Amino acid sequence: MSVSFDNGPVADFTPSRRGFLITVTAAGAMFSATVPAQAADSFAPTIWFDIDRAGTITIHIIRAEMGQHVGTAIARIVADELEADWSKVKFDHVDSDPKWGLMATGGSWSIWQSYPLYSQAAAAGRIALIEAGARLLGVPVAACSARNSAVVAGKASVSYGDIIARGDLSRRFTEAELAKLPIKTPAQRKLIGKPAPARDIPDKTNGKGVYGLDAKVPGMVYARPKLPPTRYGSRVVSIDESGAKAVPGYIRAIALEDPSGTVPGWVMVYADSFVAADRATEALKVVWTSPDAIKVSEADLQARARMLVADKTKGGLVVEDPGVDAAFKVATATLEQTYTTATALHFQLEPVNALAFEKDGKFEVHTGNQWQSLVLPWLAQALGRKEDTIVLRTYLLGGGFGRRLNGDYAVGAALASKAIGGKPVKMVMTRADDSRFDSPRSASVQTVKMAFGEAGRVTAMEHVACAGWPTEAMAPFFMPKGANGVAYDPFAISGANHWYNVGAHRVRAVGNDLANQTFRPGWLRSVGPGWTNWALESFMDEAAAKAGVDPLTFRLKLLDAGGKNAGSAPNAVGGAKRQAAVLNRLAAKAGWGKPLPKNTGLGLATSFGQERDMPTWTACAARVNVNPATGAVKVEKLTLVADAGTIVSPDGALAQMEGAALWGLSLALFEGTAFENGQVKDTNLDSYMPLRMGDVPDLDIEFIASGEAPVGLGEPATTVVGPAIGNAIFRAVGARVRDLPIRAEAVKAAMKT
Amino acid sequence: MTTFRLNGRNVTVGGPDDAPLLWAIRDDAGLTGTKFGCGIGQCGACTVHVNGEAVRSCLTPVSSVAGKAVTTIEGLGGEHVLQKAWIETQAPQCGYCQSGQIMQAAALLKTKPKPTDADIDAAMAGNLCRCMAYVRIKKAIKLAAGVKA
Repeated sequence: MSVSFDNGPVADFTPSRRGFLITVTAAGAMFSATVPAQAADSFAPTIWFDIDRAGTITIHIIRAEMGQHVGTAIARIVADELEADWSKVKFDHVDSDPKWGLMATGGSWSIWQSYPLYSQAAAAGRIALIEAGARLLGVPVAACSARNSAVVAGKASVSYGDIIARGDLSRRFTEAELAKLPIKTPAQRKLIGKPAPARDIPDKTNGKGVYGLDAKVPGMVYARPKLPPTRYGSRVVSIDESGAKAVPGYIRAIALEDPSGTVPGWVMVYADSFVAADRATEALKVVWTSPDAIKVSEADLQARARMLVADKTKGGLVVEDPGVDAAFKVATATLEQTYTTATALHFQLEPVNALAFEKDGKFEVHTGNQWQSLVLPWLAQALGRKEDTIVLRTYLLGGGFGRRLNGDYAVGAALASKAIGGKPVKMVMTRADDSRFDSPRSASVQTVKMAFGEAGRVTAMEHVACAGWPTEAMAPFFMPKGANGVAYDPFAISGANHWYNVGAHRVRAVGNDLANQTFRPGWLRSVGPGWTNWALESFMDEAAAKAGVDPLTFRLKLLDAGGKNAGSAPNAVGGAKRQAAVLNRLAAKAGWGKPLPKNTGLGLATSFGQERDMPTWTACAARVNVNPATGAVKVEKLTLVADAGTIVSPDGALAQMEGAALWGLSLALFEGTAFENGQVKDTNLDSYMPLRMGDVPDLDIEFIASGEAPVGLGEPATTVVGPAIGNAIFRAVGARVRDLPIRAEAVKAAMKT
Repeated sequence: MTTFRLNGRNVTVGGPDDAPLLWAIRDDAGLTGTKFGCGIGQCGACTVHVNGEAVRSCLTPVSSVAGKAVTTIEGLGGEHVLQKAWIETQAPQCGYCQSGQIMQAAALLKTKPKPTDADIDAAMAGNLCRCMAYVRIKKAIKLAAGVKA
């Protein structure tokens, strides 16, 4: 497979996670072959870390820090394999450079992708240090072991620092050798799985943490964009500065020229302070011409999606087993239901911003970003420069959640600087700007149907999902082709290709063209499974009811790990059996089947997380109380069980589960917006109402002990909470809700039917 | 021009009288621990103390603090019982809201040294944590207050 992620379009690409892995490993290996033959100031067996003469180990982190404490977790992986003294380990978050390969932080991939890569790099380092240490100690390599940043042979030992200062680290590893290096077995691990304070936390309690918003350079001016009425296609007709000129500190306004098409119609308003830029933007009058997208409403988006779902010729066939139609034809019973989700905002707390300027022939962009490799080509095109003359400097992210996978704001800031000769410009969006030009989670419409045969046996299933496609909008090179040859957004359909054995299975993914014309759909925490699992897991309860079977029993029967659901090494060992085990543990833990007070219900939902290639077996039980007079839903408790394989940082993993589960609750009951006149109608906290502290239910979270490959934890819990609540509402008061977010009025209306 | 005490030192800032205190603190005084979130006083990321009371600096005109004592997260000193508790419970995720959360909690503990769950929920209702690290924030406040978790 010939793939380059550094320079845009790629050939011969299948979007499996292994594809990333191989490429990133190869990039690492390429730089690992050169090891200094003489004693040197530092030893860098691969690009991923180095050790200096004082024995300080510095690990280079390509992932963005956005709350997951990823630096600590990856550094622990290296330190464990390297047999390092944790107190001598540091890490840095690197700036963009082609040598790092794909720089992206999302998809719950960081630990999963980094684990083999950094483990092998550290194993190479350990082997080289042991060999050099053995020579210094004058003993055979076989007599030596590594421990606590030293090579030890009996009572003799030499520290890593001393080996670097005095030794000959000439050991070389070929790519093939590096890939084959054995890494520790679970029993040999000393740091992985053990608690350790996250290194990023102290500076997040004392104001010292530096976020994108805090970046500054001498002489910078401030800017705020005056945003056009539509995301695409609006053209500036005229600019009236008269009001803006009355604002003290106002400098000027410029309509940006953007060859990359990333920020069309933006007018940048410059001033000597943010306050002045903010006020001048309000006072500036701009006239645009806008396309028809300016008329689009949420109802239009949903109507278009319903039409596309109904049209069998549309979309890519993600799963297409033989015999689906035949099974439905001869079915003794069938069930079909339609589910929707509304537009939802990222609302990361730090509004998007960037500082950009030209310096020493390079263009620097200082900002928090989740996908440097994606935005660099946009910047290159926008600025008319080569990518190797652009550097993205790394800062803490005041929330990511997928918003900063789309680095469009960096393009706006860079063009703002270019327009005034490369002088430093700090562009800050207001909260309302940020929400208006968020890459929101698209509204979705999904139809799910099931065929039953003799004795209620499930014989076939079809799942059709239509939504705006972020990957089509921003990274079309990541779109594989379906069985019918039609390309689809894999991140927008993941979850529908589940591990239940349902006989003949069809999954069709359809892009909502009207959504993609109206706004730039985004990858929002949990992406596709955030809506596909709402439909799938609500439907499984409805199908169980249709079959007259308990919903837990119904699911367990289908999670038989037969055929394509048997699972395979390295990531999905055990397959659907592990999902069944998680469900069983959850049922026991949450008290499934026990009597509950009136109007109170316990609902289940399960998931394999983000992708079949990286299953994080997850299940949730929601206990809810419904007020029958109003339909108001109170979530009393969420119980969650996850099997994520090896847990690198137990406390960090728990924090991710806590946050992800509460995100699921917030999206299910508290969030959701609607398009009106081509824009989202809720742009700030006066009407967009994410969950607050007083809304937090009891949380009971458990991980299944496992030594299997570590998989992602940032998102899976988000996808199970909504359907667990929906199912609990049904069990509490008999009301079936099929639209997310769940509103009290909808529950009340469903109680009547 | 407005002069006020910022973390115990006199500062004088220019700009319009009605400019938000938040930007005077961040851009004029250069203390960036106080964050900009919503700009309408609904997220709490910009919370500071003015004469000991928690206020939203994004809505506070700088002229209104003339002669008053403003304390930001930097002024808490780093060894405050809440800051220690925040680390002990590993409360922050992205951390962006945490300066505001800590300042809000510090004001709470001044008036209610032993807050109940309901006291905490009420006092912290105006502080959004988008990472939803609420469980640990609450735990940290209780730890700092020495009340049962």
